[in-house]
Amino acid sequence: MEEAKPTFSFHPKKFMLWLTIAAITMSFAGWTSAYLVRRAEGNWLEFEIPMIFWYSTGVLLISSLFMHLSVRAAKKDQFGQLKTAISITFALGLVFLYLQVEGFYELVHQKLFLVGNPAVSFFDVLIFIHGLHIISGLIVLIFAFVAAWRMQIHAKKRDRIEMAAMYWHFLDALWLYLFIFLLNFR
Amino acid sequence: MALTHDDHHDVHGVHEHEHEHHEQNFIQKYVFSEDHKMIAKQYLVTGIIWAFIGGLLSILFRLQLGFPDLKLDGLRWLLGNWINAEGKLETEFYLALVTMHGTIMVFFVLTAGLSGTFSNFLIPLQIGARDMASGFLNMLSFWFFLVAGLIMFASLFISTGPAAGGWVIYPPLSAIPTASNGSGMGMTLWLISMALFIVSQLMGGLNYITTIINLRTRGMSFSKLPLTIWSFFLTAVLGLLSFPVLLAAALLLIFDRSFGTSFYISEIYIGGEALPQQGGSAVLFQHLFWFLGHPEVYIVLLPALGITSEVIATNSRKPIFGYRAMIGSMLGITLLAFIVWAHHMFVSGMNPFLGSVFMFLTLIIAVPSAVKAFNYITTLWKGNIVFTPAMLFSIGLVSLFVAGGVTGIILGNAALDIQLHDTYFVVAHFHLVMGSASFFGLMAGVYHWFPKMYGRMMNDTLGYIHFWLSFIGVFCVFFPMHYIGIAGFPRRYYSFSTYDLTNSFADLNMFISIAAIVTFASQGLFAWNFFYSMFKGKKSVQNPWRSNTIEWTAPVVPGHGNWEGPIPAVYRWPYDYSKPGAVEDYIPQTVPFSSTPESNLPEETEQIALEKAIEELHVFQKEVSAKSGGH
Repeated sequence: MEEAKPTFSFHPKKFMLWLTIAAITMSFAGWTSAYLVRRAEGNWLEFEIPMIFWYSTGVLLISSLFMHLSVRAAKKDQFGQLKTAISITFALGLVFLYLQVEGFYELVHQKLFLVGNPAVSFFDVLIFIHGLHIISGLIVLIFAFVAAWRMQIHAKKRDRIEMAAMYWHFLDALWLYLFIFLLNFR
Repeated sequence: MALTHDDHHDVHGVHEHEHEHHEQNFIQKYVFSEDHKMIAKQYLVTGIIWAFIGGLLSILFRLQLGFPDLKLDGLRWLLGNWINAEGKLETEFYLALVTMHGTIMVFFVLTAGLSGTFSNFLIPLQIGARDMASGFLNMLSFWFFLVAGLIMFASLFISTGPAAGGWVIYPPLSAIPTASNGSGMGMTLWLISMALFIVSQLMGGLNYITTIINLRTRGMSFSKLPLTIWSFFLTAVLGLLSFPVLLAAALLLIFDRSFGTSFYISEIYIGGEALPQQGGSAVLFQHLFWFLGHPEVYIVLLPALGITSEVIATNSRKPIFGYRAMIGSMLGITLLAFIVWAHHMFVSGMNPFLGSVFMFLTLIIAVPSAVKAFNYITTLWKGNIVFTPAMLFSIGLVSLFVAGGVTGIILGNAALDIQLHDTYFVVAHFHLVMGSASFFGLMAGVYHWFPKMYGRMMNDTLGYIHFWLSFIGVFCVFFPMHYIGIAGFPRRYYSFSTYDLTNSFADLNMFISIAAIVTFASQGLFAWNFFYSMFKGKKSVQNPWRSNTIEWTAPVVPGHGNWEGPIPAVYRWPYDYSKPGAVEDYIPQTVPFSSTPESNLPEETEQIALEKAIEELHVFQKEVSAKSGGH
């Protein structure tokens, strides 16, 4: 016999965010599998990934840490820390973008251009698209910051900061996936 | 029961105020509407307009194929220089017509027009929700779709013409702007339009899935959902997982076109000059494209099958045969949709072993498809059938689905497909099973839910004439194409008047073209019926088809928020038609088992104990509904 239970209790907006994450994951699954298929066909240029991408990865990981701290601050109603943590996350996001651009120019210095062997094209396109997603994450952070400023985020109303954090951690994990992928399948 | 209602009445009254005293101006109500019903109507009307444009394009190239010597000077006012000096269709424009016909019909009519209309309209009404999870996102979804459409429409009028490389836009034709007229500006606009379209579909899909999972009314468990909702749910899942991959493929194509990368292009000479790009793989694009392209077939078809399930059960006055088998087969189709894409590529030079794997997986689709076909037929069997126009279109869908599906088994075989690939046999196959079947599902949906949309009835007589002309017409158009295909006619060719062999089929081609023109013209009857009935049709009663699903318990024309009082609770599945012992031949989902002791089965009598508990979920439901943004 069935039980009478509530149909579903998940937060609808958070659920939508999960679905968005699934959709973004599918597009990157598309790109990385295209990468593998193309790589298997040969005529593939192997190159060293510049050191700078290690730094940017570190920066992004630290930014996720501060993102996590901001959620903790919101839980404890520590508004000052909340705003500081969001700002640091945002700043580290910008640093990450800057380092990615520097990494791109480093490749250009080594005469590894976007136009040329598909190995470099794929690399550049992947960091470019991930960068676009990071920009979208920064916009989300701005909204979260404004909400925090207006005291709309507190212990009893954390949906916005939690969703911002979820998205930011996802972008972080996405980069880790891409970075490990690119390191392994050069 | 009554007591429980009263208990919650006060709390609910407060909530209702938001909905009833919310005055909207014209723009909020009809243009930038966030109401799911208005958005559905916007999708429907846009879809109908697109269907006429897409159909007209096909008539233009059918004129060329059926009457190769016909002078088309009379069309110069419309087509300008696309009619050449001899009064014939320009050859490159012929390719553009084929391409645009495919793009428009697949994406703008059968994806957006079908899912956009019925998912938006029926999901909140059939699951018992006030609106979609996010009305704003839903509105954005429509406007992205409209802008995508306008850009596609504009591309028809530029001097180099719209995209002309086929709706599948295979590179290198699509990747090199100088490859043909249509590869230039037309292709760029195609890509921009489709990118916007994909964003629109993703936003729509997010809403459909979230709404179905989170906002069902109390008692509406997954095993009590109408099959329409199951089909919309799985369609949205398919779209959410496959459209991003098309976007990924398109982005790489854009890089190839605009930045000179070589993802898809390799060693190509144009006019004796070598292009700089090398090392790309054109087959890579085909893989990425068909990873969307094949699920797309089911994105188009599943909603039509869901609508048909509902319409056939209602009008056979019988429970749907094999409710769980229907859900299972849709789940099976959804899963298989992702792992059969390479059957579109048997002649691309792929490894024959890989081909046989895809062949095997493809042929498995026959199983869930046959389950569905048999279940429709067994639902009809000994039913007390009411032949409404919607019912006729649903039965027509089953006929088309079977007729087109059988040739799918032939084409799924690599050995046979290599022979028939890119011939009219393929054209016949997919126009029957995917094009016409989905179109009939769309029509069934419009005739069936028109009273709920506009509070008026469509004219039945015109509906019958429309059905018979369409049904006979569609078979006259596509059935002969099988023969033409087996005879070896390749698709997308401008003219077949060069060889004796092809000349011997000129009569058949002429027959097809005449049938196409008649079928197309008969859609005018529908358009007249639709727009006339919208304003002047007979007023509808609340439940004109005596149906069980809960949208018919809402007011004849539901306002913002759908139900005036509290949202009804659901106690039973939606297919209690002609239940032995029951007073009437239908028992709506909102009728509790406690009030139908005469017809309850033993296990249903047990469920009476649950009814109080279901009603007590009321407060909880409002909490969830509030989280979705005030609806």
